[in-house]
Amino acid sequence: MELTNENVLGKIISKFGEDNIWDALNPDGIMTITTNRESIISLIQYLHDDEELQIRFLTTMCGIHYPEQKDKELCVMYQLHSLRHNYRIRIKVFIPSADPVMPTLTNLYAASNWMERETYDFYGIIFTGHPNLTRILNIEEMEYHPMLKQYPLEDQTREDKIDTYFGR
Amino acid sequence: MATENKNVALTELEQFRLDHGLSLQEERPLTTLNLGPTHPATHGIFQNILQMDGEKIMDAVPTIGYIHRAFEKIAERRPFYQITPLTDRMNYCSSPINNMGYHMTVEKLLGITIPKRAQYIRVIMMELARISDHLICNSILGVDSGAFTGFLYVMQEREHIYDIYEEVCGARLTTNMGRIGGMERDLSPKALHLIGEFLKRFPKVWAEFEKMLTRNRIFIDRTTDVGAISAERALNYGFTGPNLRAAGVDYDVRVMNPYSSYEDFEFDIPVGTKGDTYDRFLVRNEEVWQSLRIIEQAYKNLPEGSYHADAPHYYLPPKQEVYRNMEALIYHFKIVMGETDAPVGEVYHSVEGGNGELGFYLISDGGRTPYRLHFRRPCFIYYQAYTEMIKGGQLADAILTLSSLNVIAGELDA
Repeated sequence: MELTNENVLGKIISKFGEDNIWDALNPDGIMTITTNRESIISLIQYLHDDEELQIRFLTTMCGIHYPEQKDKELCVMYQLHSLRHNYRIRIKVFIPSADPVMPTLTNLYAASNWMERETYDFYGIIFTGHPNLTRILNIEEMEYHPMLKQYPLEDQTREDKIDTYFGR
Repeated sequence: MATENKNVALTELEQFRLDHGLSLQEERPLTTLNLGPTHPATHGIFQNILQMDGEKIMDAVPTIGYIHRAFEKIAERRPFYQITPLTDRMNYCSSPINNMGYHMTVEKLLGITIPKRAQYIRVIMMELARISDHLICNSILGVDSGAFTGFLYVMQEREHIYDIYEEVCGARLTTNMGRIGGMERDLSPKALHLIGEFLKRFPKVWAEFEKMLTRNRIFIDRTTDVGAISAERALNYGFTGPNLRAAGVDYDVRVMNPYSSYEDFEFDIPVGTKGDTYDRFLVRNEEVWQSLRIIEQAYKNLPEGSYHADAPHYYLPPKQEVYRNMEALIYHFKIVMGETDAPVGEVYHSVEGGNGELGFYLISDGGRTPYRLHFRRPCFIYYQAYTEMIKGGQLADAILTLSSLNVIAGELDA
């Protein structure tokens, strides 16, 4: 079966229902769908196990921070690839920053171990069930999660480096 | 478990023995060995705390992040063209691939089409970078198994590749080559001459290097079945590139999702069978030959035309125009000051880097900097498997496995 965005989306929705899958977009040829954190693991498991889809390669995952979106400030993006069909899919889960908890994917993909640690390190998202959820790139003693948008990159006390000079 | 039957608390060592199926009464204690972070045999800053039973590795705990430079954070505050130098410093053995992968990602976001000539020049530079990357990896593998000569011999050829880089972009190691929208200048007659000379001279050098190691009995004995990983485990660990192909999966981004006109060229994907150190060595060796084939085809069929796209909003005008032409001056100023807004969008683009699928995930909110730029760094993803690959092996084999994986600290930590 040739995998297209339409028939993959149809299969997913018929399995998980309209309530759990929404915002199917196609920004760059890769279908992007949004789901909730209750369904994410079973969705990725389904994509892995289904004989027609065979989406069995975790390309990458990362966190994104949208401080303006109320109650869905944090986003976790998973990108999967079916090497059999050369089909890519992107799945997003939005969670509130007051409750930054996600289920772990390490039972299915060994590759997600360090990716989840990196996401925890950068955004403070806690992956429940992860075997060793510690910081990976930054030092253990660090007290904040540096990729969150509230931490500016440059020293804010300097007056000679204002944004307008740098086109920002 | 035996733990429940005992009332006394176990020491750390006893717990470790229990976890690894060793008897608690064993006389010999395990030795903790700190390998790295600045050990000459690890070729980069990696630390592994090993639990050794004699020469045998029972467990390893890797620590990474020693050269973490927060590229993803820095990228959120820089105009698009200033991010290219950051990508140089990821896999610094093949920086042109990183540069062009990033440029192609931004071009995808902006919707710019690149002329054929620029695409072919990019292919030539990327394949030269792949050769220099594989050349380092394989010759270092020789050094780690006791054959120093080959390393010095092929290192000279890397200098010649760097001479070509220098002629094309002015830099040698961290190249910052090309621009968003094409190359910054056309291939000069001298550059073409250097590439032609390289194509004539290099096959002999590489054949000689292969002759020294490929059928060398000592080398084969040292590397066969060392650090092997099955195709299934490799895929589960997210392996890509030569390390995955050595395990027998023919996934190559250049073939599966061609970019920059790779579909025009004829080349093969070498695959291994066992995924051990020797297979990885052979796969990289053969990829060097395939890269040479691609460069030859691109060099022979280099199309006429422009070396950059017609995208005045994003591509710097020629300097002499800036002095004479008002529009060129405005564009120049706006680009240099980072005052050009990018369209809203979300793109993922991946290229076949020296170590595998090098991906760029870019979210733009319509501003002058990326809202989020995530690098899919192949080293970071497959280095997780290192512990599993060296467990139960000898210490000397762990060093060979590390060099054959070609873990580059800059890419690992970003």
